[in-house]
Amino acid sequence: MDAAIQIEKISKSYGSNHALQDVTFSVNSGEMFGLIGPDGAGKSSLYQILATLSTPDSGTASILGLDTVKDYKALRTKIGYMPDRFSLYPDLSVMENLEFFASLFGVTVKQNFDLIEPIFGQLSKFPKRRAGALSGGMKQKLALSCALIHRPEILLLDEPTTGVDAVSRSEFWDMLADLKKIGITILVSTSYMDEAARCERIAIIDSGRILRIGSEKELTASLGENLFNAVSSNMFALLSALRKLPDVENCYTFGATLHVVTSPDFNPDRAIAKLRDEGIDDVKIFPAKGDIEDLFIKLKNEQ
Amino acid sequence: MNNTLISLVKKEFLHIIRDRRTALITILMPLVLLLLFGYAISTEVNNINVMAVIDFHSDKSREILKKMEVNSYFTFIGLATVEELDDAMKRGDADAGLVMRQSDAQTEYQIIVDASNPNMAKTATAYLTGLIEPAGNSLVTTRTLYNPRLKSSYNFVPGIMGMIFILVCAIMTSVSIVSEKESGTMNLLLVSPIRPAMIIIGKLVPYFVLSCIILAAMLGLSYGLLDIPLNASVFNVILLSMLYIVLALSIGLLVSSIVSTQLAALIVSAMIFMIPIIFFSGMLFPIDNMPQVLQWLSSIIPARWYISALKKLMIQQLPVSYIVHEVTILGFMTLLILVIAIKKFKTR
Repeated sequence: MDAAIQIEKISKSYGSNHALQDVTFSVNSGEMFGLIGPDGAGKSSLYQILATLSTPDSGTASILGLDTVKDYKALRTKIGYMPDRFSLYPDLSVMENLEFFASLFGVTVKQNFDLIEPIFGQLSKFPKRRAGALSGGMKQKLALSCALIHRPEILLLDEPTTGVDAVSRSEFWDMLADLKKIGITILVSTSYMDEAARCERIAIIDSGRILRIGSEKELTASLGENLFNAVSSNMFALLSALRKLPDVENCYTFGATLHVVTSPDFNPDRAIAKLRDEGIDDVKIFPAKGDIEDLFIKLKNEQ
Repeated sequence: MNNTLISLVKKEFLHIIRDRRTALITILMPLVLLLLFGYAISTEVNNINVMAVIDFHSDKSREILKKMEVNSYFTFIGLATVEELDDAMKRGDADAGLVMRQSDAQTEYQIIVDASNPNMAKTATAYLTGLIEPAGNSLVTTRTLYNPRLKSSYNFVPGIMGMIFILVCAIMTSVSIVSEKESGTMNLLLVSPIRPAMIIIGKLVPYFVLSCIILAAMLGLSYGLLDIPLNASVFNVILLSMLYIVLALSIGLLVSSIVSTQLAALIVSAMIFMIPIIFFSGMLFPIDNMPQVLQWLSSIIPARWYISALKKLMIQQLPVSYIVHEVTILGFMTLLILVIAIKKFKTR
């Protein structure tokens, strides 16, 4: 079996809230797979099922050929799960946390320290500091170390970079890349669309449904054709003026610029001329390269 | 004992020690309560302010006045007229008055008491009656068994022990388990290969040990300072208390499997377990005086049986055969609650 994680038509409801509806995808062995979607899309519900904490209403999931419902006991030693919230003991020290989680799996920190050494590096300078007193980035590193200490074959990381500063986030992704190199399969979720590029393949999830699966390149390839950047000194006036233009299908702020989704008939020069007539005279419009966020907005509009 | 259990227990002790304030309160509160009820607060009635109205002095009246002055139950304020007594009672300066009148060569006595505090009024009446009719004249002899000095601390020590263990075991265990649910660490424990039973035992052992320390301190205080007579039954007291501690721990476990926030755990433990103990366990109010419905209610409160058994062992100094009934009920309750709690404990 080549797929490390196989998810077949999983549905899960909490009361009238359909957290997951017919979710199907698979993660290849040794792959870094991203689950991308906004808060409340159903990511954590899926993680709970994969981590054997809850059972699906229908459908099946298997990891390394082991069913998450039937074979949960055997599975628990093979997965490293990092929940979406910081879930270590804040009143225990860095080292006490690590040793405790090692002992849960019947291993010692020494046995597997080589695996976590690159991640644990900075933390080893203050092993006696309470986990609750660490910075956000440090907490994530400790949590990852604790999830890895029993040498799992599969890492399930639920929004590991939420609430972490940009530098630490980037560092964290570098660490994941290193873990992938030594053969660990990683399923990572995030609500930051810009992190999609770090994954080999991604699944876009929203309202409990998988919308698209593929590599970032594949998914965004078709976006570039009718997508433009627009800038001016008066962005707000520009936004409302652009939305009124006939060939513009959608327009939204995107970082420091506006992204304009147009019909194929759109002509940037004509649009600039028209906007100048309306009193916005410093407009620049140039082709944009679409990314996952553009795709997500497009998919949302299509629904 | 395997290594996982040792590290679970060690981790729990670290939690207890790191939270110094809670640890300190947990150890000190039982001792403070015990001392408070043992020494400072009591339901005994002392220092009743009493006045006397005497028309006619005789040997008899002088004798009564003298007794009043030396008796520690009374504070003799002085002689007064009927009007002055009435006035003093209104102002609250006097709690009781004794009026002696001569009529037809016979002394008539009248006892006036302020019954706004019924307990005090009853006791004052009894004391004053005792003064007027010396024991020799009466045909009734009273024998006060088990607690000849009528010390209220004898009644409170078992009551406080019944309350404290529920407080420490039920509240602390439930809060500690629920806090792991709240913070998400319980999920990490559950996705590890350790068995749920191990998680439960790892939670119960530290609080059992803590409770035993408190038990030792309370017994030391009761026997050492409060003069509760020490005899061989102390071992039975310890065994009985251990059974009750296990019961209280099971209650904590059950609470933690029902609620999902620490605050709820606290409220449920306090409301559902503490308040009934105070009112319906027989600690403050005699169970026999309650309406039948409340008597039934009191019989499902574990503390009632523990307190009752503890009184028999500690105060009445009776052998174990007298508490078989209580122990059976407590044992049955423990088993029932423990089974339900373990069944309800979510493994995934």
